[in-house]
Amino acid sequence: MKQVKTTRQYGIFINFRKIYANLLSLDTSLLFQKILKIQYSQTCVMFSLALILLTTSATGVMAGGGFQQIAPGLYFSSGVHQDFSKSNKGQIANTGFIVGSERVAIIDTGSSYQQGLRIREHVRAVTDLPIDYVIVTHMHPDHALGTSAFSKDSPQVIGHQNLADALARRESTYLNNMKRLLGDSAKDTQLVIPSKSVTTTEGMSLNLGDRWLYLTAYPTAHTNNDLSVFDTKTGTLWLSDLLFVERIPVIDGSLLGWLKVMDGLMASGCINTQHNRQCQPIVQVVPGHGPVVTAWQSALAKQHHYLEEIANQIRRIISKGGTISQAVKSVGLDEQGNWLLFNEYHGRNVTAAFAELEWE
Amino acid sequence: MTVVSSLKQIHSLYSSFIVLAVVTASIIFTSTQATATEGDNRWFQIKSSLIGDSHIQDGQEILELDTPKRAMDAAIVPITIESKFEQTPDRYIKKLYIVIDNNPSPVAAVFTFPGNHSWKSLSTRVRINAYTDLRAIAEISDGSLYMVNNYVKASGGCSAPSLKDPAAAAAQLGRIKFRLPESFAAGDLVPTQLMIKHPNNSGLQFDQISRYYIPADFVRTIQVTYNGEEVFTVDTDISISEDPSIRFGFAPEKSGVLEVHVKDSKGRTFSHSMNLPEQRS
Repeated sequence: MKQVKTTRQYGIFINFRKIYANLLSLDTSLLFQKILKIQYSQTCVMFSLALILLTTSATGVMAGGGFQQIAPGLYFSSGVHQDFSKSNKGQIANTGFIVGSERVAIIDTGSSYQQGLRIREHVRAVTDLPIDYVIVTHMHPDHALGTSAFSKDSPQVIGHQNLADALARRESTYLNNMKRLLGDSAKDTQLVIPSKSVTTTEGMSLNLGDRWLYLTAYPTAHTNNDLSVFDTKTGTLWLSDLLFVERIPVIDGSLLGWLKVMDGLMASGCINTQHNRQCQPIVQVVPGHGPVVTAWQSALAKQHHYLEEIANQIRRIISKGGTISQAVKSVGLDEQGNWLLFNEYHGRNVTAAFAELEWE
Repeated sequence: MTVVSSLKQIHSLYSSFIVLAVVTASIIFTSTQATATEGDNRWFQIKSSLIGDSHIQDGQEILELDTPKRAMDAAIVPITIESKFEQTPDRYIKKLYIVIDNNPSPVAAVFTFPGNHSWKSLSTRVRINAYTDLRAIAEISDGSLYMVNNYVKASGGCSAPSLKDPAAAAAQLGRIKFRLPESFAAGDLVPTQLMIKHPNNSGLQFDQISRYYIPADFVRTIQVTYNGEEVFTVDTDISISEDPSIRFGFAPEKSGVLEVHVKDSKGRTFSHSMNLPEQRS
């Protein structure tokens, strides 16, 4: 069955995107996708949306796990803006998959084996094509720990050239953290070390049949192993945690490096792909947390502003001989209203940024 | 004979390191059978390895320990210890132990002071793996022991006590900086920061690519002198954050050379010095 539809035909779907993302439960979205598989018409979409609204309000079920199609063949599930917890089962990061005419690529696998299995079920509700690629955008456990759920597909597990080392170093910490924070939901979770590396100099192209994906590995930014996925068919750039929307960004690599990566993206506005040897414009961006954005420059600018602001304020404290503890108490507090989970992560950002900036 | 009393007789440069190694080895050995609920038991093991049966008194009159309630970044947790009495040759803190109970290597640092420099405040940055007690134990020149401790919660799920950028850390290994105010009066207690670029790698991580353990590579000893006279010496371990930072105070009476000698677990040595000009009194 054809999954391909024109953007125009998706109009109504996109309009309902936010409501859909907020209300979708796991089961209803599976049902929805099964309906989609049978017949993809606007009437059917309307009908099933209404059905979903009814069922979710009846059961009161909410939260990440459901997938929506944000561009032809490109499926997206939004994570909730919370910390890891038993109730959200660690489904806090955006995950997705891209269906080509010959094979499927997964983008991020969630916090646990069980979340990986749920993602796999969603893929199977949409297509029977082989899952040949699992792309892990970076090391963090909300993105990288569900990979073993795809072992029966024997996919190539692809990550940044630093990902394998970064994961190996953190294996016991991450697995213990997930056991502590997710309880039973972390059951059977194990680390999968990527089998294929993307270098910062070369990038990598993946052929899904009728579409190519272009993977870029960045110098140290959010982490030292950030990877983005560009879908050449729809101009969608999956930036993952190089961009946080609504939720506060987290520095676990290099603040200065991250600012540079953002500067580069904003200056070019396009992605140099090996595939067509031209710089292809970015139509929409998928962040690691928060909704898909078409006005991606302003989303990047907002994040840039936050990071630059804390850098400048920390520099002033360092020049006066101040300490990390002083910086944590005073830096960037004006930004509090701009970000969700500010209290949970801002102090960490100031701490990491301070340790980096005092060597300038 | 306790470890401490035997140490008094050894007086070698590595004496405290032997303590660290013995404690680490015994904890790693025993912790294979320990469970998370045996926190007190773990401290009991650390204590008996570190100071034997000696009595430790409540240290609230002697020390103040400042730690965040929660480790925000598991790899960089700033801690500060204040001494609450004036350091004089008659009565001073001779040794200061920093212990993080639930870290794989609980004895983070052992400072030794010669007693001829006053100081008020000492800060460093440590790694915190799990929910843990963090202790500062002072051994006074008369041999008495005092302890303060704080409970520190672990960081969130995405944070790990690991290197953020191993390649960058390796590229700059051995760079050293002193940071202190541009001007101060002679006799003032000068707040000074010592910064050392070093990955301070724990060696507890398994490298899945090479199938080997990543070899430990950490700063073992740091000695700071002023005009050749010891200000303090500290034996450090893997619980100290990457790029070790120590803030200390000392009161230079006259112009001179502030110097640091660093030795790491691979036998590398690094030195750095800074001239302090004559200060107005």
